[in-house]
Amino acid sequence: MSVAMKQTVSGRASHSALAAFFCVAAVVAAGPASAGGEPLPSGTSFLTQSLQAQQSDEATNPGMLWISEGALIWQTPDGASGASCATCHGDAGTSMKGVAASYPKVYGKTGELLNLEKRINLCRTSQQNAEPYAYESDPLLALTAFIARQSLGQPINVQIDDASRAFYERGKAMFYRRQGQLNLSCAQCHEALAGKQLRGDTISYGVGNGYPAYRLEWQTLGSLHRRLRSCSYGVRARRFEFGSPEYLSLELFLAVRAQGVPVETPAIRR
Amino acid sequence: MALATARVSMPKEVGKGDIVEIKTLIRHRMETGYRVDSVGKKIARHIVKLLTVTYDGEEIFRMDFTQGVAANPFVAFTTVATQTGELVFVWVDDKGEEVRVVKELTVA
Ligand code: HEC
Ligand code: HEC
Repeated sequence: MSVAMKQTVSGRASHSALAAFFCVAAVVAAGPASAGGEPLPSGTSFLTQSLQAQQSDEATNPGMLWISEGALIWQTPDGASGASCATCHGDAGTSMKGVAASYPKVYGKTGELLNLEKRINLCRTSQQNAEPYAYESDPLLALTAFIARQSLGQPINVQIDDASRAFYERGKAMFYRRQGQLNLSCAQCHEALAGKQLRGDTISYGVGNGYPAYRLEWQTLGSLHRRLRSCSYGVRARRFEFGSPEYLSLELFLAVRAQGVPVETPAIRR
Repeated sequence: MALATARVSMPKEVGKGDIVEIKTLIRHRMETGYRVDSVGKKIARHIVKLLTVTYDGEEIFRMDFTQGVAANPFVAFTTVATQTGELVFVWVDDKGEEVRVVKELTVA
């Protein structure tokens, strides 16, 4: 907690007494380090220089292969409707700009919490009349990454409102709850120990701004939920399903906590 | 769609005699043939075996791959710009699947 809180305190130093009160409240509630302060550092800042360079160059970032595929799928008619994504949404560079930075989001018509993957599949089933893509399948990763790429550099901007508050609280509780045989909470690693080594890796603040990301260990692109399953497994806790309500709530909490961090999809991770 | 997408990054326009850097990526799992599945059965080798590049019809680059190359291979090389022409990149894998990318290079 210490590293993260220092940031919060310095970020609010100019806001006098009221700010000091909120800082104390934040300590008590162990609230998100970023709320109101400096955005959290991206996981990219914990990579080696050479991996950072590989990530930022489109010619060397292997995740770009999925961006190419996503661009292709975007244009390709599918399903009983015979429509492509582009038929309705036109140029993704315009219509999808900033969209990924605003997800997860509650879908007004049903009250369901949707991340980008679920939102894409909703258009697959309700608009294209096509089969939904399986979670973690290459086409879904490709479309998700392609849409997220249209928000490259845009700050994550997910607000809590009445519709999303319950999901947010659920995700937050999960972030601070000790879990698994190792009895560790997400916060114990991603707030208290950020910057420290865990085996061959440096622990980051647990920000989802680079997903879907190309993880060297996976040798492929993977979703945020795949990463979360690795963390659950790491502490010998229950791994929830891809797209499960548990990970969706956690994803929402992470996004609110990561307010202001620029989107970097497809990131490279170890 | 085993060999789905490939990307080639290079300048579009260069001066005569310039050294041109070309970077390529191809999506392929590069299954080594050494691994076994959950019931101990050997997983067949499935790798990209060959990349050839021609420039204005003439071969300028050829690379044989082995099982030691990681998934989604990245290959970079340079060539000297001689005249305006097409660069044709062809990857072939163990199953005989082929991916072709064609790029135009303008030499001013
Ligand atoms: C027949 C028209 C149609 C097709 C085809 C279609 N969509 Fe949509 N899409 C919509 C409409 C209408 C909305 C508005 C949301 C709503 O209320 O359902 C939407 C919303 C979205 C959103 C959310 C945008 C936001 O600002 O939150 C995303 C992302 C999206 N679509 C992606 C896709 C993708 C990817 C495809 C192709 C697989 C696709 N759509 C195909 C009509 C379509
Ligand atoms: C034992 C320590 C530990 C715990 C507990 C843990 N993680 Fe992680 N987590 C890691 C490591 C190590 C990585 C890979 C390096 C890094 O932080 O990017 C990682 C990566 C991540 C990432 C990806 C960050 C990026 O930029 O790629 C997210 C998001 C994340 N964890 C969220 C969580 C959540 C949510 C929980 C609780 C369910 C959790 N972690 C529990 C150690 C942990």
